[in-house]
Amino acid sequence: MNIYLDNAATTRLDKRVLKAMLPFYQEKFANPSSIHFSGQRNNLVLKKSKELVAKNLATSSDRIIFCSGATEANNFIIKGVMEANTDKGKHLIVSSIEHPSVFELARNLKSKGFKVDFLPVNSRGIVELSDLKKLLRKDTVLVSVMAANNEIGTKQALKELIKVVKDNGSYFHSDIVQAVAYEEILIDKLNLDFASLSAHKFNGPTGIGVAVINPKIKVNPLLIGGGQENTYRSGTYNLAGIVGLSKALDITCKNRKENKKKVKDLRDYFLKQLKKEISDIKINGCLKKRLPNNLNVLFRNIEGEAILIDLSNKGIEVSTGSACSAVNLKSSYVLSALGLKDEELNSNIRFTLSKDTTKAEIDYTILNLKKTVKRLKSFSPIK
Amino acid sequence: MSLNYSKKTLKYFLNPKNIGEIKNPDASATIGNMVCGDQLNFTMKVEKGRIKNIKFLSFGCASNIATASIMTEKVKGKTIAQAKKLDWKTIVKDLDGLPQQKVHCSVMATDGLKALIKDYEKNKEIKK
Repeated sequence: MNIYLDNAATTRLDKRVLKAMLPFYQEKFANPSSIHFSGQRNNLVLKKSKELVAKNLATSSDRIIFCSGATEANNFIIKGVMEANTDKGKHLIVSSIEHPSVFELARNLKSKGFKVDFLPVNSRGIVELSDLKKLLRKDTVLVSVMAANNEIGTKQALKELIKVVKDNGSYFHSDIVQAVAYEEILIDKLNLDFASLSAHKFNGPTGIGVAVINPKIKVNPLLIGGGQENTYRSGTYNLAGIVGLSKALDITCKNRKENKKKVKDLRDYFLKQLKKEISDIKINGCLKKRLPNNLNVLFRNIEGEAILIDLSNKGIEVSTGSACSAVNLKSSYVLSALGLKDEELNSNIRFTLSKDTTKAEIDYTILNLKKTVKRLKSFSPIK
Repeated sequence: MSLNYSKKTLKYFLNPKNIGEIKNPDASATIGNMVCGDQLNFTMKVEKGRIKNIKFLSFGCASNIATASIMTEKVKGKTIAQAKKLDWKTIVKDLDGLPQQKVHCSVMATDGLKALIKDYEKNKEIKK
């Protein structure tokens, strides 16, 4: 039995997506930048893929830049915008629960002389508009707030935040990588200048992502070379990946509403059973303004990694915080930002469902989670 | 960096030995705390200079539990002098290695043992 409840880390590649990708590794392998017929045929595929991505994000294709993933997109946009617009100012605001590819980058920029403020969140993991207003300055170039959080799944009120930022004359970036599978993101309508996403979070391949840009705003290129992607991002096109991303995004957007309901119903059932069967727990982050597939749970008096390994031994795969923090053993700054006490920071598990998760899998998880919690509690020195 | 535990470490994590708390122990020691993410509570009974019984409680990760378990097994029945000689490298070796970022767990287990022995010797002094 293998129950995968770590879909915020990555998702299974959709078979239809794989099928669409395969020809571009073999018979249609030509470089889309080549002038010969095979190259130009692939150039058309590239163009069509870009149009399909743009359509699904409700924007124009000149705003779509393909890159290796959301980490690269976040780096390209934030660094590129800050460095290209020093005439406007040097002030950057990012939320205090951003993914490390924004959070650590902001700290890095700070060490290089940029002025950086970390926008707090309330105890439910939501950015307050009033806090943003307090931090905005005349020289604020860019504000970056993720659409939905990777650890706790909380969603931010992008529309309201963007309006305040734009009224201030600043630019707005949003990491939409976790949100895109479940939330409709209409880039142009939202007036969103920049956005980042990765295909592998919605059943697409790894190693391919999108940076949405605003061509009217200056951005320094990330990779300099042959001038691909309108000189913003040089490097030979990963055409199979691009085809896979556009296909996966198209499938996701077409089924979004249906998937959202299905996943939310199952997650709510999971929560109900969890509360019924296991005591001394607390849900981290707002339940209402939250992605439908996420549950982040505090299990009091037992240690998170022990829970994870015990469940993994039973074939249930979950995560402590984000997959990145699991390896470097740092406790979660996201949960810290929510105001969890220091002694609560090492006892949390993230469960992230997918459209393919079944009720039987949830029942099996609850049954085994109960055993795991009981076992670890039986020898915990904290009562 | 990977977090691949050896089969032996997993075995000890899933079936730890010497779990619990000894009533009226000759020595007790707590090492670590919840904020660090690891805490071990040890209790020990000593008879004629030998460790007759040793138990532990853990708030900790898989390797914290495994290292404490193997440590208690290794010193149970040994003299205090022999127990003092146990070092963390032996524990790592006996578990067929630990992931690099988890080696500190073995140090914590042996530090816990040292604290336990210190408490035992202190209590013995008081009795005299």
